[in-house]
Amino acid sequence: MSEILKTIQLNKYFRETEEFHVIKSINMTINAGEFVTITGKSGCGKSTLLYLLSTMDNDYEGEVHINNTKVTGLSQNELAAFRNENIGFIFQFHFLLPEFTALQNVMMPALKLAKHSRAEIEERAYAKLKQMQMEDYALKLSGKLSGGQQQRIAVARALINEPKVIMADEPTGNLDSVNTGIVFDIFKELASKGNTIIAVTHDNDFAERSDRIIEMKDGEIVQ
Amino acid sequence: MALPVNLEIAKTHLLSRKKQSIVAMLGVTFGIAMFILMISFMKGVNKFLQDTMLASTADIKIYNDVKTDFSSSVTADYFQDSSQLVVVRHQKPKNVNLNIKSADQIIADLKDNPKVLAVSPMLSSQVFFNYGPVQLNGIIKGVNILEEIRIFDLKDKIVSGRLENLLTSDNGIVMGVGLAKKLHVSMGDMVTLASPTGNSMRLRVVGTFQMGMAMVDDVNSYVNIATVQQILGKDNSYITTINVKLKDLNFASAEAISCEKKYGYKAESWEVTNASVQTSNVVRDVLTIVVSATMLIVAGFGIYNIMNMLITNKMKDIAILKAQGFAQKDIIQIFLTQSIIIGLLGAIAGLLLGFLLSYGLSRVPFPSQGMVSLKTFPVIFEIKYYVFGVLFGVITTLVAGLMPSIKASKIDPVAILRG
Ligand SMILES: Nc1ncnc2c1ncn2[C@@H]1O[C@H](COP(=O)(O)OP(=O)(O)O)[C@@H](O)[C@H]1O
Ligand SMILES: [Mg+2]
Repeated sequence: MSEILKTIQLNKYFRETEEFHVIKSINMTINAGEFVTITGKSGCGKSTLLYLLSTMDNDYEGEVHINNTKVTGLSQNELAAFRNENIGFIFQFHFLLPEFTALQNVMMPALKLAKHSRAEIEERAYAKLKQMQMEDYALKLSGKLSGGQQQRIAVARALINEPKVIMADEPTGNLDSVNTGIVFDIFKELASKGNTIIAVTHDNDFAERSDRIIEMKDGEIVQ
Repeated sequence: MALPVNLEIAKTHLLSRKKQSIVAMLGVTFGIAMFILMISFMKGVNKFLQDTMLASTADIKIYNDVKTDFSSSVTADYFQDSSQLVVVRHQKPKNVNLNIKSADQIIADLKDNPKVLAVSPMLSSQVFFNYGPVQLNGIIKGVNILEEIRIFDLKDKIVSGRLENLLTSDNGIVMGVGLAKKLHVSMGDMVTLASPTGNSMRLRVVGTFQMGMAMVDDVNSYVNIATVQQILGKDNSYITTINVKLKDLNFASAEAISCEKKYGYKAESWEVTNASVQTSNVVRDVLTIVVSATMLIVAGFGIYNIMNMLITNKMKDIAILKAQGFAQKDIIQIFLTQSIIIGLLGAIAGLLLGFLLSYGLSRVPFPSQGMVSLKTFPVIFEIKYYVFGVLFGVITTLVAGLMPSIKASKIDPVAILRG
């Protein structure tokens, strides 16, 4: 299997009041099509690591390679374009734009990428919503939907540009058990269709279902 | 609804907080409307004064100035010895004639000048009109009326009678309406006037005029040159002033200087004659600019505040957009578009409001106290002020929106999304 993401000697420090070494010399490789979960105690650095991998945080030492591109050292604008095309991100607190409809939220990254016509993008967005069983809510304002519904729309949005890697930070952390179950199934399905998924979770059931579990402790990978 | 995605976001932001958008817009609207109203009115006043002034001022006026240079005196000539210092206090001039000698040559020469449109000789005098036992002050201007009307737009100012009546009667007088009213005379009546030297004359009123300024209409009258020469006891070549109209009044200053050199008499351009009007025009222009700029700056601060507030409220949205791959320039575009739209709509509404206010003002009767003959407030409508208004409005909002937009583009998504 081809490798899709690789880190070399990744280190990060917080230097606000006193220096805090939060990510410690992480070397890891993730292959295309792998469903990886990152687990560990609260505060061990999971979210911080994921933000580094997502290219949103570029204040670190070491290197990050995604899809054979060295993203370390790229400019802000290059990183934005790279993120738009290659990474789908799902947050813990759904994070949709509340003033826009579900459909508009899903379409937005694709409109930004502008690889397809608007009509085509709309069609794809409907397809993604349908995949999440949310097509009935397409024209509802996203701010008016429930947490679980919003998270499913957020997943649809993360998928719209067919990204190389899907990253999720505790995607079920804020959901009730019913919705957690639905989101679980979606991830499993995505994984079975060959998507590369990196998900941070502290839910053991969720982790058990993944291809590989990366466990962190105090900023280091323990196994 | 096929807007580019950044514009679509900007539109949604504006529409989802309509009240704030409208408040920001109104700031610009009032700023621009005020600017339009003020400049249209002030320029109207300027134009009115300038027109009134130009109607009674020649482009160049050539006259014999009273000499006040007493560096040489008869006393010094008497002593002759250059080693002695002669001090003379309270110098007085000798009895000189204030006429322009060789006026005919000068007039002929001016008429040959290609820059000159018309030349009119004049002899004016202070006089007293007998009004029963009372004497009223006045000025009579002795002119060749056919030449005079080529310089001054007098025809339109005639209230009764005709200027040409002066040509057919050798003792005719055309009076300012104010003066005629004071003397209770009208067409065909006789008036008696006396010169400062004591000569008196009876003239027949053959017309009245109204220039629009009490200063002129209450004092001035037109008569033939010969009438003034007669009352002053001077010969028929005696004139004191030559008024000149140029083809282009903007050359007046330069031409005045060359006339002065050539003829040896004082030559004054209209700018100098009416320096006070020019100065008050400048004052009004500056006032207009200062007030309008202040209004627009205040509107700009309003927009700056509202954009700042909007961005503070939208931190999370900005972080989400950035996480999805919207670049800094996209964020700037999204927010700058909003302030430009606010500015543009505000400015257009401001133009409309400004036009309506100006139009309204132009229909309001002017509270004239007889100083000037104005029926309504003087307002001029010029496209160029409206173009300036829109330009000002858009530039102000652009500047006001730029800083908050740049601030928005620099938001670190991680710091916000970490939660
Ligand atoms: N901005 C920050 N400044 C300083 N310390 C931080 C900051 N953000 C997170 N941390 C610290 O870094 C550590 C890792 O945080 P995080 O990656 O959010 O942990 P996790 O997601 O595994 O719970 C925690 O100890 C947290 O307190
Ligand atoms: Mg976390």
